[in-house]
Amino acid sequence: MTPDIWVMITGILAASALGLIGSFLVLRQNGMLGDAISHAVLPGLVLAFLITSSRNVVPMVIGAGLFGLLTAYLTELLSQTRRVYSDAAMGIVFTLLFAVGVIMVALFAEQVDLDQECVLYGEIAYTPWNTFVVGGTNLGPRAVWILGSVLLANLGFILLFYKQLKISSFDPQMAVAVGISEKKWHYLLMTMVSLTVVSAFESVGAILVVAMLIIPGATAYLLTSRLHTMLLLSVGIGIICAVGGFMGASYFDASIAGFMAVVGGIVFALVFAGTLIAKRIHQTRYTSERQHIAETISG
Amino acid sequence: MEPVAPIEVHDLTVAYRRKPVLWNIDFSLPEGKLIGLVGPNGAGKSTLIKAIMGLMPLLSGYVKIYGEPLDTMRHKIGYVPQRESVDWDFPINALDVVTMGRYGRLGLFGRPSKDDKAIAMECLRKVGMQDFAHRQISQLSGGQQQRVFLARALTQDASVYLMDEPFAGVDAATEKAIVDLLKELKEHRKTVLVVHHDLHTVNEYFDWVMLLNMRLVKFGPTDQIFTNDNLRLTYGGKLLLLAEAAEKVARQL
Repeated sequence: MTPDIWVMITGILAASALGLIGSFLVLRQNGMLGDAISHAVLPGLVLAFLITSSRNVVPMVIGAGLFGLLTAYLTELLSQTRRVYSDAAMGIVFTLLFAVGVIMVALFAEQVDLDQECVLYGEIAYTPWNTFVVGGTNLGPRAVWILGSVLLANLGFILLFYKQLKISSFDPQMAVAVGISEKKWHYLLMTMVSLTVVSAFESVGAILVVAMLIIPGATAYLLTSRLHTMLLLSVGIGIICAVGGFMGASYFDASIAGFMAVVGGIVFALVFAGTLIAKRIHQTRYTSERQHIAETISG
Repeated sequence: MEPVAPIEVHDLTVAYRRKPVLWNIDFSLPEGKLIGLVGPNGAGKSTLIKAIMGLMPLLSGYVKIYGEPLDTMRHKIGYVPQRESVDWDFPINALDVVTMGRYGRLGLFGRPSKDDKAIAMECLRKVGMQDFAHRQISQLSGGQQQRVFLARALTQDASVYLMDEPFAGVDAATEKAIVDLLKELKEHRKTVLVVHHDLHTVNEYFDWVMLLNMRLVKFGPTDQIFTNDNLRLTYGGKLLLLAEAAEKVARQL
């Protein structure tokens, strides 16, 4: 396969995995948590790197996952004191962890081959050349394998625990009342968000992660009133962004990740405008019908 | 031997932001009664319901359901939270919400079966909402949303029901639907504790009444407990007029 196809597949896998799990963040009005987690995992990545002195993906993902959880946990802890609003608590926790990560990178950069660039700003255009080789056989780009597994993990998580995610997102009190621990599912969801964000971050870069985590879900939310339809649409919208962004980037010879995010913004704007217009038409028709009825009655 | 109370609360103290909102609450609910929970704003009525449901940490005391700890007895309690506690723009329909009442029985991986859906439909019918089953919940009126919550509690098929202000801001049709439902629950010997605001209807709706203002002021049969003096004890002098009005209604009945 040509490198272009691999880049597109990577984009599609990343956008689908992020869109699926991000839909739940949108519904929990917790959209910025993904942003926070994506920064706060840096110390976890550095620690994993220092301990194993390799850039093996498994310890990296574990380290990042732990720090993602820590972000969610510390934010919860700080806002529960009710002396700080939850968004401010999140802002404090993630900038602190991110800053610690930056200092760690600066301190240990001498000993290890690691810098902010390679940890934070993965570049989707390079993914075809970073391949996964087992026993001399080239199995294709590493990013496709990683993101494919993450997408499958997210699908499995959502399919198996659909009812828990649904009830704890809609009505946490009722979840507890029927014996479904709202806390447990919150942290499990945050673990999946951390895993997804980190895997995608490493291969496709920061802009694409933050954009694809929220835009597909937020757009899908405007289009449907059913949760499962929203999840399916978020994947569809993610694919449109990936393919459209890739084509735009090739045409203008610009940043692929940047273009994918821009297409996401355009799709959202179009859908938003569309739903507003549809609502207006509906209202006008309704008003004219009422007028018609009023005239018929009085006439 | 005395029968075990559906809900026994002993020495319960609950704090919110380090300020206690409920002090030394002690009571046992009688089986098969409709019980109104009445008190001024900030008296801790919702907090008491949440504490019983395990939604608030307890500073002291315990809650027992038929003599057992809550964790093993959740299936015995049906819960109707305050309507404002959820986001009604959530992308689900009325039937989805009602089916949630069955989730506690499904285990870790189970999905709602055809039977669960049928039970949910039947409960929607009981509150007169069967025609709205597939309506997105944001398109329902406040009263209809309240009835959806009641239907959801019914699917729990519990022995005790805790309802947090089901009558708040509802239309006359919904009010009647709720009253009919309460009667039906009583016929089936269910115990129902209802947070209630409207003093005028306490006598009409409830067999027992619990007067609460951070402490348990009085608890007993409505005809003995719901008096002007006790209301003054609960509300202070502020609501004297309201209390007298309630008394008047009480005498008419």
